[in-house]
Amino acid sequence: MMTVLQIDVLLLIEKLVLIAIIVLASLGIALYTTFAERKVAAILQDRPGPERAGPFGLLQPFADGLKLIMKEEIIPSHANKGLFILGPALAMTAALMTCAVIPWSSSVELFGRKIDLQIADINIGILYIFGVVSLGVYGIMIGGWASNNKFSLMAALRGASQAISYELAMGLSLIAVLMLGGSLSLKTLVEQQMQPGALWNIAYQPLGFLIFFVCALAECNRTPFDLPEAESELNFGYHQEYSSMKLGFYLFAEYVNMIMSSAVMACLFFGGYDIPFLDEKTLSPNVAAVLGLLALLTKIVIFLFVFMWIRWTIPRFRYDQLMNLGWKKFIPLALFNMLLTGFFILMKQEGTWQSVTHLFNK
Amino acid sequence: MSIIQILFYLLSGLAVFAALMVLLSKNPVHSVLWLIVVFFAISGHYILLNAQFLAIVNLIVYAGAIMVLFLFVIMLMNLNAATEPNQHIWMKLAGVIAGGCFLVMLVSLASQAGDMANKTVLMKEGNIGLIKELGKILFNEFVIPFELTSVLFLSAMVGAVVLGKKDNTQ
Repeated sequence: MMTVLQIDVLLLIEKLVLIAIIVLASLGIALYTTFAERKVAAILQDRPGPERAGPFGLLQPFADGLKLIMKEEIIPSHANKGLFILGPALAMTAALMTCAVIPWSSSVELFGRKIDLQIADINIGILYIFGVVSLGVYGIMIGGWASNNKFSLMAALRGASQAISYELAMGLSLIAVLMLGGSLSLKTLVEQQMQPGALWNIAYQPLGFLIFFVCALAECNRTPFDLPEAESELNFGYHQEYSSMKLGFYLFAEYVNMIMSSAVMACLFFGGYDIPFLDEKTLSPNVAAVLGLLALLTKIVIFLFVFMWIRWTIPRFRYDQLMNLGWKKFIPLALFNMLLTGFFILMKQEGTWQSVTHLFNK
Repeated sequence: MSIIQILFYLLSGLAVFAALMVLLSKNPVHSVLWLIVVFFAISGHYILLNAQFLAIVNLIVYAGAIMVLFLFVIMLMNLNAATEPNQHIWMKLAGVIAGGCFLVMLVSLASQAGDMANKTVLMKEGNIGLIKELGKILFNEFVIPFELTSVLFLSAMVGAVVLGKKDNTQ
């Protein structure tokens, strides 16, 4: 085995290729998510939507991208130049970093090597996602502040406080899932749901999923929680001063975030790359991996559609309503869900109802 | 030099440089951002020590929450380099001497401590930093201090709510 500095070179190459593929694929899917968003909006509003560029308008995202790149890049004269550029870069980086711990499928065998379709199976996987998500806030805050515009700053502060508030309820709803699985590794959580006879976590955690889903909407700044970009109150939101591809990065990061949160939800609650009613062990590993990947992508697409469906159906919340919902409704609800889960786990461990009452009488 | 050593020196250099920049930046927002870089470097050190849980919690709590609040305050108060009060030269001198004395004391203490003499850091070894082991120790051996800490947090939370309410009634 060839090693440099005690690292297996083949492993390094394998991981680098995997990272490149996953990042490019995420960007590609995000590109077409913008297209899908416009199409879904069009269908819901009973109009044709983009249809001129290419067959069915399929080249529209490239036209949009080209337009964004070709536009003049403006940096406001009183803006903090370094931070103004750092803002969108951070937003995009944080959005893409999430994909490192998502298990895209089981392992495939290529050239005699067993390759996991996951960049890093670290044993704190879901906490890593939380860490990265909390960094995504900086992209918004720095960009909003560096623009030196009151509207941008207000929108940035809104966005940051919204993200922090909903992160709490999200974490609490997640704890219940982790209590069921007993692991923080996403791969382990998915494999537990794949066991023959095991149900997906949604069956045990409907309330937890509901809270997590709404919090994911808020974290991605999607309607009904898109207050950082509420154009009727804040002109255009935290990216008001941005133009050209910097603006594109902000908008794009939002779509990448949507894809990643859909993937996380699929892994946590809907069995990840599990195909329902099929025992993957009966298939050859490579076929199972490809089918699993397709299953996960299908789940992601369904979630993305629900995201868009909600965006074009439900009006925006008011800011105080948003905060009330997060702090006064979801956090107690998530705590209650945690308590309930703990109670049922205890009941299962102790066997019967009698033994639980016995436990309390002790 | 092994990869761990290279990473160690890289992270240490980054941490020291970023910490210096926290102090030297004129703009408070830049200081906060450099402080976040320091936290990242320290988290990297935790990972080298195989304390993944500590590393990520350090990021979530400090870089993700506390520093955001710092940024909030600084951005809303619109602190700029110009608004920094001009301190007297004697004050600066006194600060340097006091800080220097503290540093000398800290270094001498650390170098003489019996616990640390003739010991090297365990890199990438031991599993005390992994979440499973940490949880077992926290909830068995140290359960009372752990619960006391949570009561402390609760009281802080209640205090924050009381302070927040006071403004409302006025």
